[in-house]
Amino acid sequence: MLSLRDASLAYGPRVLWSGLDLEIRPGEFVAVLGANGAGKSSLLKVVLGQVPLRAGTVRFLGQPVRGGDRRIGYVPQQTLADDAVPLRGRDLVALGLDGHRWGVPLRLRRRSEAVDALVASVHAEATERSPVGRLSGGEQQRLRVAQALAGDPRLLLFDEPLLSLDLAHQRIISDLVDESRRAHDLAVLFVTHDVNPVLAAVDRVLYFANGRVRVGTPDEVLRSDVLSALYGSPVDVIRSHGRVIVAGAPDSSHHPEGQDA
Amino acid sequence: MLVLPMDSDDLWGQIFDFSNYGELLALLHNSVIAGALLGIVGGLIGVFVMARDMPFAVHGISELSFAGASAGLLLGIGVVPGSIAGSLLAALLIGALGSRARERNSITAVLMPFGLGLGILCLALYQGRSANKFGLLTGQIVAIDNPQIGTLATICVLVTIGLLVVWRPLLFASVDPQVAVARGVPARFLSVVFMLMLGLTIAVSVQIVGALLVLSLLVTPAAAALRVSSSPLLVPLLSVAFATVSTVGGILLALGSSIPISPYITTISFLIYLVCRLVARSRRRVRR
Repeated sequence: MLSLRDASLAYGPRVLWSGLDLEIRPGEFVAVLGANGAGKSSLLKVVLGQVPLRAGTVRFLGQPVRGGDRRIGYVPQQTLADDAVPLRGRDLVALGLDGHRWGVPLRLRRRSEAVDALVASVHAEATERSPVGRLSGGEQQRLRVAQALAGDPRLLLFDEPLLSLDLAHQRIISDLVDESRRAHDLAVLFVTHDVNPVLAAVDRVLYFANGRVRVGTPDEVLRSDVLSALYGSPVDVIRSHGRVIVAGAPDSSHHPEGQDA
Repeated sequence: MLVLPMDSDDLWGQIFDFSNYGELLALLHNSVIAGALLGIVGGLIGVFVMARDMPFAVHGISELSFAGASAGLLLGIGVVPGSIAGSLLAALLIGALGSRARERNSITAVLMPFGLGLGILCLALYQGRSANKFGLLTGQIVAIDNPQIGTLATICVLVTIGLLVVWRPLLFASVDPQVAVARGVPARFLSVVFMLMLGLTIAVSVQIVGALLVLSLLVTPAAAALRVSSSPLLVPLLSVAFATVSTVGGILLALGSSIPISPYITTISFLIYLVCRLVARSRRRVRR
């Protein structure tokens, strides 16, 4: 449903990545991995039609991508922590439903029923009446998944949705994404600096390093020889108790605590 | 001549004087209507001023609106066209140069004293009545004539209609810009439209409460409403109610007195805010 052919992306003279070939099928969960600044989030912007490719093509459901396609749901990392926001949990979800329409909301009952269904689909009944500014990061992300599911999208994009969440909530949100894509047969493109919370759900990974990309199942890509070749320097992939740890990646200086894949 | 200290009856008589009230009201009912319309539009747009984190920008735009009004007075173009031109220019400048809150604050801080200075210069050069001069800073609705009130009321109605048309996407783009853009909301276009509407509303407010006190109509009511509710329906309704009570109440109280209208409006609006804070606080205590 989403296909990139020989795609490359550059900002000015700086090429972020090139030679990306990717074909995502309905219901497939693809994690996007790599160092900071490798162009993971930029890939999402390309799919959202906000940043053009330097070369190659990107098509969604058979057509070139365009901005504001409502068949694509989007969950950013940014949290909405503000007392000045006149929204409760369920109102955030409602914006996903009809926030792009002009005017003020009408046909309130129908709207309210649709919001109820979305809130229930992510099990967020407990927080739907709380002011958004007072929700925790995990509670907000749960509602954001519901917001992204509004309007029956075919593809969900996530940009570091687990950042700043504790381990328990990383687990909860990951499971929720997995549950939603199975329930609705959605393709998922999931940008994350740490693959472990979603490792069990992931079908394939996309690994950006050194301006190049490797695509494959986690077992095919998350290997010492593969990542060493990609980085052009020795990298160790350690698997321990179901977790994957990438050690010695050249950019690990940005992450003093060690680089999780 | 011996100057006697003013006794308290006299002081109260200056602040509150309801003799000949009926006649005054008949004479000034247009001001009351204009005040009510300003309350509606100020309360509505205040919700977005808060959601977009723009109170300081509002203050900056109102100082440039003051500069425009003073220039209009000096050049004989008229106060209302001058203040509209000044505030639209400032609103567009701040909107274009300051897309992020941080940039916006510094640009506002740079523009604001420049505008005030320019306004003071124009007023210093102006040879006419001095009551007009002071009025631009501290409010003067009772002084302005009927055709002007007609213009102000028309602007209020137009901006209110405009706000209702863009309400939902503007709210989306204000509180959740990344997702809004991904979902096809034309955020940049809406931002320009919003700044134009804000500029117009500020120009009207400057006429009524004065440049220094615009925040009491465009921020205080919405801030008060947000203390007691987070509902996207209730917050704008409360904000409009608070702003309208402030303007109409202020005008009605001020009718008989010799004092400008603005202290009445700002005091009512501030008291409402205080009450809302107390309500929010006691609610929180109950919940615990």
